[in-house]
Amino acid sequence: MSHGQLESEADDKVRCDACPVTCYIRPGMAGACDRYANRDGKLVRVDPHVLLERTVERGGAVVPFSRNAAEWSGAVLPEDSVFVTAIGAGTTYPDYKPAPFIVSSEVAGVDMVTVVTEGIFSYCGVKVKVDTDRFLGPEQATVRAEGEAVGHVTTGEYGSQMLSLGGVHHLTGGSKKEGRVTCEALLQLSNSRPVELTVDGGVTIVMEAGASPIIDGVREERMRVGCGSATIGMFAKQWLGHVDEVIVVDDHITGVLSEHQAGKVLDIPPTGVKMKGRRSTPGRYFQVAEPGTGWGGTNVSDPLSILGPFNPKEARPGLTMLMVSTTGEHYGFYRLDEALRPVEAELPESLRLSVERIQENCEPALCTVLFMGGAGGSLRAGVTENPVRLTRSVKDALTRVTCGGAPAYVWPGGGITFMVDVTRLPANSFGYVPTPALVAPIEFTMRLSDYAALGGHMDHVRPLSALTDGDARHMRQIDGNPWPVEPPPQRRKA
Amino acid sequence: MNGTARAEVRMLPDGRRLHLQDGPIDLVVEATGTPAAVVGAYRAAAARFRFVLDELCAELAELRAPAGSKPRRFRGAAARRMEAAVAPHAGDAFITPMAAVAGAVADDILAAMRHAAADGLTRISVNNGGDIALWLAPGEATTVGLVSRPDRPALFARARLAAEDGIGGIATSGAPGRSFSLGVADAVTILASCAAEADAAATVVANAVDLPGDARVERRPARSLQPDSDLGDRLVTRGVAPLDAGSVALALDRGLAAARPLIARGAIAAAALHLQGVTRVASRDRRLMALEAPQTGIILREPLDA
Repeated sequence: MSHGQLESEADDKVRCDACPVTCYIRPGMAGACDRYANRDGKLVRVDPHVLLERTVERGGAVVPFSRNAAEWSGAVLPEDSVFVTAIGAGTTYPDYKPAPFIVSSEVAGVDMVTVVTEGIFSYCGVKVKVDTDRFLGPEQATVRAEGEAVGHVTTGEYGSQMLSLGGVHHLTGGSKKEGRVTCEALLQLSNSRPVELTVDGGVTIVMEAGASPIIDGVREERMRVGCGSATIGMFAKQWLGHVDEVIVVDDHITGVLSEHQAGKVLDIPPTGVKMKGRRSTPGRYFQVAEPGTGWGGTNVSDPLSILGPFNPKEARPGLTMLMVSTTGEHYGFYRLDEALRPVEAELPESLRLSVERIQENCEPALCTVLFMGGAGGSLRAGVTENPVRLTRSVKDALTRVTCGGAPAYVWPGGGITFMVDVTRLPANSFGYVPTPALVAPIEFTMRLSDYAALGGHMDHVRPLSALTDGDARHMRQIDGNPWPVEPPPQRRKA
Repeated sequence: MNGTARAEVRMLPDGRRLHLQDGPIDLVVEATGTPAAVVGAYRAAAARFRFVLDELCAELAELRAPAGSKPRRFRGAAARRMEAAVAPHAGDAFITPMAAVAGAVADDILAAMRHAAADGLTRISVNNGGDIALWLAPGEATTVGLVSRPDRPALFARARLAAEDGIGGIATSGAPGRSFSLGVADAVTILASCAAEADAAATVVANAVDLPGDARVERRPARSLQPDSDLGDRLVTRGVAPLDAGSVALALDRGLAAARPLIARGAIAAAALHLQGVTRVASRDRRLMALEAPQTGIILREPLDA
């Protein structure tokens, strides 16, 4: 590619001579090709290609397009400190370019190559972990955006509800609107932007990668510290001598101090408390209420509703009881009256501390979004003439897979199905095509010798130093991401 | 600058289609037939393509000037096709050869391919950003889906074309597209004997689908957007607010009134006009263009494996 000289005029029009049409372009407008535009009087590529740098300060500036070699040479970085990402590398749907960049560089004395392409993924989706005990909806329930099915509630994980969204069936197997809405929801979530979803038979939730979920209009602040039983175990000693009974309300397991093994060890006497729900083991109760958005992920708003009458043989007037949810968000302190009925009283200071400690031990509740996609035949063919060799090379850990420079986990088994935490990619790394399908960056990095061995397109390998035509955006590598270009281990001897 | 070095020529990953790109020209070329004929046709397309943009740019200033009743002499083959395609409209309204540039380039490449491999090909299509030059060998037929907006792939009509129909060009013009329109149509698609003629007619008919003076239409002088636009200070459509059914019908009627004489005098074969969900069709033969029933159009639905 060769680019022409800029001419700025008094009114900030620029003359582009990337091609002989030499469009005059007004500020904020693009030329006839839609590839070059005038931004504040400077000619820029519309979709800048992202190069990561590990030496430049955070917030590295957009590097404007310029052919002025003298001006540009100052920005050329040592080879081992620049990584060419696939973000903006190019895909012109439906005629995307296979492996538009195959870049060699020398790192720690080893010749490395990175094959860079934007993949078009219709086999893709996101897995969302929502840190909450609140009931979002029944397992297998349909999750909707704009009324269209875009995924479902899947099996819950520790302290979290899990949603599986997207996938080829919602993207291309349903109505056109379903596909479009699914694609839009995946794109927003992958680019760390908020999306509002509804769960059939459940809640309305606003999710955003790296932010706390908003469930039925209420922002979820923190994860539970553990289930009710675990909470009893953690805090039993701190309650000893300050209260006669503690009930930790939880949707999964509600704990009862006096009956729990932890209470037994501390010689806490029985209190005559009677729990609703199904007893699992001593002091541990399942299903004290229905799931919901009240206390501890149950539908409880009055905690006394999960108690039966106290047993007069063990209970006594004046007996004290703390009821608290597994996040410490809800709590109440009670004293039994003459009729052995619990009456709410002010929480004593000593117990306030334990409630605050439960709160303190609850981590911030986040939505975390993993993009998952499968690199198929044509993408792999852009890397090598014999695609299965790329798969094997990835499985053998000779080839590293990154997604916009972020580490990707490659699922074992066939194909190259990978997952990546979307918050570890630069902003707006994902795009879409109207198929509908998502466009995601993917880079394969390996030793040059390994690339040759797997049948790589050696005649397309260009040195990194040749990539200085300037139509790129330099960014600092995201904090915490490993540097993608480090030589992997030597090829195993056969 | 040397066109040979600037133009990008490559096979698409499907191994069937050829992609040619140079400046604002972006072509997807597909030929079917014997392998030798296809290779020969692609070689010819690439060889011709390397000179097209430079030739056009050499005469760009004159190509941006309005056509008159007396056709001008241009040196470049594509430029001559442009002038020939717009000349029949010059008496009725303002038009410059640029109205036919996309179709003319497609025709030019198609002609080079046919010249190189006359026998052995069954079909050629040259798609220049939606303006398509098409050739079918005798006995061949094809179906083309018409899409109102490239970013929302939904068919609104379907053209069924056989070799004997003599349709060599399909072109679309409208307000949302890359080039400017004086009218409000979302898409006007024309079938004609070549792509340049279809392109010129699509521009003329799309300009006629209009609601002059309507406050719901946002217009700006072309040169305030593109300083070197061939449209000068004419007002081009930048946005159309939702319209009532009566206004949609009125605008479409105006477009049809421009399209029907073109069909009657044989300049085009059919026109499909699309505005805010409503489609109207005029055709010399009902069989050529069929409206797509809602919900049945499926395009690009196959899982696209990355």
